[in-house]
Amino acid sequence: MMFRLGIAIVGITVAAAVFGPWLTPADPNAQDLALRLAAPSGAHVFGLDELGRDIFSRLLVGARISLLVGLAVVTSASTVGILMGSLAGYYGGTVDTLISRVMDVLLAFPGILLAIALVAVMGPSLTNVVIALSFIGWVGYARLVRAQVLRIRELEYVQAARALGAATPRILVRHVIPATLPTVIVQATLGMAGAIIAEASLSFLGLGVQPPTPSWGTMLDAGRSHLFDAPHLTLFPGLAIALLVLGFNFLGDGLRDRIDPRLIAER
Amino acid sequence: MLSYILRRLALTIPVLFGVATLVFSLLHLVPGDPAQSMLGEAAAPADVAELRTRLGLDDPLPTQYANFMLGAVRFDLGTSFRNNNSVTAEIGSRLRNTLILAMAAMAVALTLAVPLGILAASYRGRFADHAAMTFALVGISMPNFWLGPLLAILFAVKLGWLPVSGTGSIAHLVLPAATLGAALAAILARMTRASLLEELRELYVLAGRARGLSRARVLLKHAFRNSLIPIVTIVGLQFGAVLTGTIITETIFAWPGIGRLLIQSISFRDYPMVQGCILFISVVYVGMNLLTDLAYGWLDPRIRYQ
Repeated sequence: MMFRLGIAIVGITVAAAVFGPWLTPADPNAQDLALRLAAPSGAHVFGLDELGRDIFSRLLVGARISLLVGLAVVTSASTVGILMGSLAGYYGGTVDTLISRVMDVLLAFPGILLAIALVAVMGPSLTNVVIALSFIGWVGYARLVRAQVLRIRELEYVQAARALGAATPRILVRHVIPATLPTVIVQATLGMAGAIIAEASLSFLGLGVQPPTPSWGTMLDAGRSHLFDAPHLTLFPGLAIALLVLGFNFLGDGLRDRIDPRLIAER
Repeated sequence: MLSYILRRLALTIPVLFGVATLVFSLLHLVPGDPAQSMLGEAAAPADVAELRTRLGLDDPLPTQYANFMLGAVRFDLGTSFRNNNSVTAEIGSRLRNTLILAMAAMAVALTLAVPLGILAASYRGRFADHAAMTFALVGISMPNFWLGPLLAILFAVKLGWLPVSGTGSIAHLVLPAATLGAALAAILARMTRASLLEELRELYVLAGRARGLSRARVLLKHAFRNSLIPIVTIVGLQFGAVLTGTIITETIFAWPGIGRLLIQSISFRDYPMVQGCILFISVVYVGMNLLTDLAYGWLDPRIRYQ
């Protein structure tokens, strides 16, 4: 039930992101200053924002930013994480100690604080948000993969590949890493939710996507100055973020139950 | 116990060292010249040079690093670029507000979550359980940067019961504390339920009932007490999340704490202050995790020998 709900929410958002420009009832950047802050009506279902732009259209286009940041962060973080985790787990020894110490330090930081710090010094932009979130995100994957690789490298088929003289990179890429992918996919789905929240938080603090690009977090930030006269500025972008995050969480939990039932026992 | 404490401390020191190194490198991640960036593009070269000297940016990197580390150990984090105040003093003056907010949030979370968790566990599988757990799920999924403004719209704008932002009275504390405490309340409620259900399976619960004790008495006096250990741990571990949560909550409600100081300093490009705030929050975070570990080792002796 939850899993299907997750699929539905994520599916609708992806559709909105892909087909958004053709679906928007109005130009998301067109301003109608005479009607600024207008409440939801037949013509503008979610109302107009502080510059008289159609909020529904901006939400549709904003879905792109959320999903794009999520995808970019999850892809880069999981790639680095898989690489580091499998190296640490497979080689052990000094390599493992080195990578693990770096991971300890990064885990000691509250994630969002480090992201804020990085974006603060590098300057607010979409690219820097992705870099900062990937920088803190890879550790989660690396820890997961390392633990798995420690187990997998002792399995007979891996020993057999080694005995047959396969080179280490080949063993890692062909035999070890594929076995870790199911858990990585679950983690990545949940990671989408985390990345989307983090992007929205940063944008809300003015450290993320810069105007006029419609990001859900930036839209929420704008709504803060109009709590009294136009609460719809706060209501709809927040709802979009909360629903999408919930969707990815349902999807991730559902995938975990389906891909690897043992994981439930391990947790 | 002593060897356990020493071992945990020995593990923490390298982490603190790494954290400080990372914070030190932040300033060097600023694209171009940090001094130029702080003063703006139009600044006179002489002013930029003067600021570079003041920030120690002209020293060789190892000297800068050593100075930063020595300063950090002595709680000297430099001076604010904006008003020349000592960074440590500025953080100290905001600390009280942040602590009040964090404590209030934890109090809100505990008073909401524990009764909710007990209710859910004692009516397992029934309506009250589902209602409480749905409430908790909503609490977890709700980003605090949305919950805060929503609460403000409802209780400050529509109902007019509470002030929208600022400080000065207990009423000012209610909305920020509720916003910050909601996620923790949700996590704690689920934890309380799970932990209590675990205990209810134990034989001593059955034995208590067999001796004729009432259901409520067995639940509250016996099972709940034993279920407290994991709850205490979660409270400790989540303190870090609460601490970072203050950054957004303080920004929403204009609460003059360290989180707001950090965000304001970022917009002024007051890098020494940014570094100071980040170092401070991370060190408190690491310290809280250490304390939680120690408390856990004290509560459950098996942990010490792992």
